[in-house]
Amino acid sequence: MPTPFEDLQSRAAARWEELTAGQSAWIRVGGGTSGLAVGADRVFDAFNHAVESSGVNASVSMVGALGLMYMEPQVDVLMPDGTRIYYGNVEPEEAISIVEQHVKNGEPLLDRAFAYSVSDGAASGETGVGKLPVLESLPMFALQERIATRNFGEIDPHDLLQYVANDGYTALNRALTEMTPEQIVDEIKAAGLRGRGGAAFPAGLKWSFLAPSDAPVKYVLCNAEEGDPGAFNDKGIIESDPHTLVEGLIINGYATRSSHGFIFIRQGHEMSIDAARKAIDQTYEAGLLGKNILGTEFSFEMEVSLTGDSYVAGEETALMEAIEGKRATPRFKPPFPAAEGLWKKPTNINNVKTLAYVPEIVRNGSEWFKGIGTETTSGTAIVCLSGHIKYPGMYEIPMGMTIRDVLEKVGGGVSEGEQIKVLQAGGPLNGLLGEEAFDTIIDFDAMTAAGASIGSGGIIVGNETTNIVDLLRTLIAFNQFESCGKCFPCRLGNTHMLEILDRMCQNKAKSSDLALLQRVGSSMKAGSLCGHGQLGYNPILSAMKYFGDEIKSSLDGELELVGVFGDGTMILPSRTRP
Amino acid sequence: MTTADTKQGSKVREQIRQVLSSQRQPTITVLSSLLAVQDSLHYIPDEAIRETATFSGSTINEVWSVASFYTNFRFTPPGEKTLDVCWGPSCHLLGAQEVLNAVHLALEIEEEGESADGKVTLKYNTCLGACAQGPVIAIDHHPIGKQTPESAAQVARELRGLDG
Repeated sequence: MPTPFEDLQSRAAARWEELTAGQSAWIRVGGGTSGLAVGADRVFDAFNHAVESSGVNASVSMVGALGLMYMEPQVDVLMPDGTRIYYGNVEPEEAISIVEQHVKNGEPLLDRAFAYSVSDGAASGETGVGKLPVLESLPMFALQERIATRNFGEIDPHDLLQYVANDGYTALNRALTEMTPEQIVDEIKAAGLRGRGGAAFPAGLKWSFLAPSDAPVKYVLCNAEEGDPGAFNDKGIIESDPHTLVEGLIINGYATRSSHGFIFIRQGHEMSIDAARKAIDQTYEAGLLGKNILGTEFSFEMEVSLTGDSYVAGEETALMEAIEGKRATPRFKPPFPAAEGLWKKPTNINNVKTLAYVPEIVRNGSEWFKGIGTETTSGTAIVCLSGHIKYPGMYEIPMGMTIRDVLEKVGGGVSEGEQIKVLQAGGPLNGLLGEEAFDTIIDFDAMTAAGASIGSGGIIVGNETTNIVDLLRTLIAFNQFESCGKCFPCRLGNTHMLEILDRMCQNKAKSSDLALLQRVGSSMKAGSLCGHGQLGYNPILSAMKYFGDEIKSSLDGELELVGVFGDGTMILPSRTRP
Repeated sequence: MTTADTKQGSKVREQIRQVLSSQRQPTITVLSSLLAVQDSLHYIPDEAIRETATFSGSTINEVWSVASFYTNFRFTPPGEKTLDVCWGPSCHLLGAQEVLNAVHLALEIEEEGESADGKVTLKYNTCLGACAQGPVIAIDHHPIGKQTPESAAQVARELRGLDG
């Protein structure tokens, strides 16, 4: 008799075969917040109408983001012969011609397509698609190592069966039926998985702090409060493949012998919330959450917890305050979360990306994961490129690639202007990097040594027209606006730094202001409970390292007014919380 | 307070109680309750503070402390549509300032808040999550990317019911 999991797998295989190996075509429209922002929803509707009106035999799915966001809205068509053709920047009006010509008549619109791929064993060339590049040969694809993003653009994120058909939940099944919690913790340790939320703490070690406790109620929390401007990979995972996260969190719960999991998301991020809730509901229905999962002794509950707008809510202890329904301000440590966390119960917190690697590590083994990346940072980084970059998007690259390769080969170089001048990497509490740092490799330690951080994976690119003081002011304005106000060095320090930067932008600063900034920054570092205050001076510190001359030239009143003050019409928001 | 006011108040209170008690997730807190009210009524009326306190067994001060902390909560009814404009560093580099300036002009306001006709609430946002498509704005949480000052101003004017 098949086990419940084998039964699920056979239903999933049938579903997948129907979509990919049947007699009908499969049209996949890339969704996600980024796609939505350029009209992917209208394109999806247009394809549904086109399929209906032309009477062709085709399914249309809204899938996640392939990652090539400069191509959005992006659509691909898989024909019954196994050939798959990718169209970029698709207008809703084009749906009918793609359906009529490509799907109905078998004549792809080659001048509108940017790549193709063929499934194993399928023939190609007869339709002339061979003139297109193979998707996997495009540099921004060839250089990727897709682990956490393996299903992006491939499966309908709202269909558990499609996830299962692509090896989904096999890691959970293996973990529950073949491995002890201790073995999983050891496996995560051996894999060298480090936390992807920014702090880079070894995940297995963190899990091991929670595992020994015999408390009946223990929590594992997934931090999906993605507040860093320029980072959208957490959203990417939840929107494109939420079951990877749910599976990772259940395994996290089993390995730490926990009873409850929470996925923590900001209200207003509707797509993420919807995807996470649906995935959890489906997982309960499939018997992969709840009492005695897959007939084992292990029981585990999961829910989505919503937060209001607050950047500091992403700090681990502030996050627990928010789940408890209070103001999201950080707690004193110790006690550490593993001893006393959510509702004073033992608690373990991981970032979305960290958990998204877990199923593949359990499935393929720690040796495999350890073999990717660098000695000190195994695995991949999911980089998000935005700003003045030719190919903005979300790319999963092996750790160890140089920043220059990420910018030039993956990102295609500068989008407008002559050259890339500055990067803002790892969120607004991390640094700016100049050209001389571009040969640094993407690796937690190397990036920190260069004065920035991988942080959450966001890389914002500025060209030669970028005014460093103006960019710094925006970062400090963000940090000032988002200070939770609990620690006065952060609350007042950020306000003070913003005042000085305002003066610098208005040509009213003096050379002594640099020393003042430094004093304020060091007070914030010494006197703040969490990273928001401790790291708040980082942008200025790193900018002084790479752009010291430019910053100094804004002192003692010699330049034109810059940035927001240049045209004198607007002052950007700046306020503190009541 | 007139009889009409009292009736109006009791209707609002009833509506709020309904919202509070129909939260479907297992964990219900002061924050989840306030989020549910704002989601339903689009702001937190005074009655909601009191009702949330009663509902969650908290004090009015405790509820206010949460409501005043998260910047998405508002205490007066918003305009018919809410227009978010991102000013985060990624959008900033791509020209968010000019977009924001143009929206201010189109709405005839100089800062966050409601246009005089009550049609639009303008909010500054630090990240709308579609950085690859910057500059980004959003109408009632629905993101719209690749904005120019002209396109954003047109969106703002259309929301006010004025000709593009």
